[in-house]
Order: sequence, then structure tokens, then C-alpha cells
Amino acid sequence: MTETVKFHFTVDGENFTMAGQASVAVKKNLRQLGISPEIIRRVSIAMYEGEINMVIHAGGGEADVFVYENMIEIVLTDNGPGIANVELAMQEGFSTAPDQIRSLGFGAGMGLPNMKKHTDFMGIDTKLGKGTKITMRVNF
Amino acid sequence: MKISEIKEILDAEVIFGQEFLNRETTSAFGSDMMSDVLAFAREKSVLLTGLVNPQAIRTALMLDMPCVVFVRAKKLTDEVVALAKESGIAVLSTKFRMFETCGKLYAKGLKGSGEVND
Repeated sequence: MTETVKFHFTVDGENFTMAGQASVAVKKNLRQLGISPEIIRRVSIAMYEGEINMVIHAGGGEADVFVYENMIEIVLTDNGPGIANVELAMQEGFSTAPDQIRSLGFGAGMGLPNMKKHTDFMGIDTKLGKGTKITMRVNF
Repeated sequence: MKISEIKEILDAEVIFGQEFLNRETTSAFGSDMMSDVLAFAREKSVLLTGLVNPQAIRTALMLDMPCVVFVRAKKLTDEVVALAKESGIAVLSTKFRMFETCGKLYAKGLKGSGEVND
């Protein structure tokens, strides 16, 4: 594969039951491209966590996935409130998700650390009141 | 352990995936918290949960889990069943509670996600 393959999704922040649809679509697309199951699994987990985060905290956003020859890059961009303390947000168990989200099965404070664990690179660019851009890369 | 054995042990109803009952699972993970499933469950694990929303199916799909068992005889919406079909994930429903479900499977030799190697 010499040309970069790109996927773009708008993540709807209004409907929690729909959250994760972009990650499901990416998984299907990567399977069709013949990417190895282990790489797809890592990309899927990282992107799904990030997509859910955008819905919970930022009212949705944009998701872009780039498939390069030796790497997959996931870029999640939102116009949400930003992350006040990134170091704290990276700690396992730290969560600012509302109780209502926990009753839906999320908000255990495992999202960001789990995204880092499953990717080779994760960068967080965040500004309070402006939004957050998360870039993740999985090499293969 | 095959999905068909899990069905027998839990006296479970097959909501979807009769054709997948021969699939092997290597371990199980029980939780209503999908955040923890995403952080701790293994691939080819069966997901035991009482959380009946589409995220339970999407979480299983992301992790390459072949089967979701809904405990406490929870009723599933058409949306959840449709998503399972689309995702090729077997869905079982058992009347047993979470602790009973885990205990019955563990007693028959199914390991936890934390007990199997990569």
C-alpha cells in the first residue's frame, strides 16, 4: 500500500447509545484493508475509548484515521472544555464523568491510560475552554 | 470452552448466533463497567454482563470477544440484537445472577481473563 488511506467521521455528541459507531466503521474498514488482527484490536480499543470520551466530555467532535504503510494514526478533535490537568487525567481511576455515565458502563477513569497502553504514541493538545486534540499512532 | 458448553452450563437461551456455538473461548470477563472490560479483558474471552445497551456489544466487538452473556435474565432491545447480528457476536441470556454465572463457569474450568497468558 503506497497511498495513504483516510477515513473521516463526525462523532455525534447528543446520543450516547450511538457512541462508538465511528470505531466500529474503522474496524470494518481496516479488516477490508487486510491489516493484522492484533493491530486492528489495538487501534479499535484506543479509538473507541477516545470516541466515548468525546461524547461524554466534549459534546462530540471529529475523528480522522490515516493508514500509512507502516503506521495507523488516529486524530480526535473536539471543541469541548479541555482537560484541566492532563497528568491527573492520565492516572488510572481518575474520572470527571457524571454518575449518569457510570450507569451506562463508562467513567471508571481507565480511558486515557488505556489509550496510551494500546498505542505506540499518544499526544494530548488541550486548551481550557477551547478543546482537545488527541493524536495516537500504532506502528506495524 | 466452546460457546455451546457455556450455554449448557448456564441453561442459557441463544438470542443470536446459533451458528457460532462451536466457537472456542479462552477465558471470561464479568463486569457491568465497560471501561474495565476495555482495560482488562482478553481477546477470545466471553463477556458476562448485566449492562444491556449497545455499548456492551460494541465493546465486545472492539476486543474481538466472540460471545456476550447477559445475566439476570435482562431483556434486550431490538437495537442491541441487531448490532450483535451485524457484528457477528453470539448473544446468550441466562437467568443466573453475575456471581452465580461466574461461579458456574469457573467451576467447570473456564479461566478468568487475568489467568491466561498473551
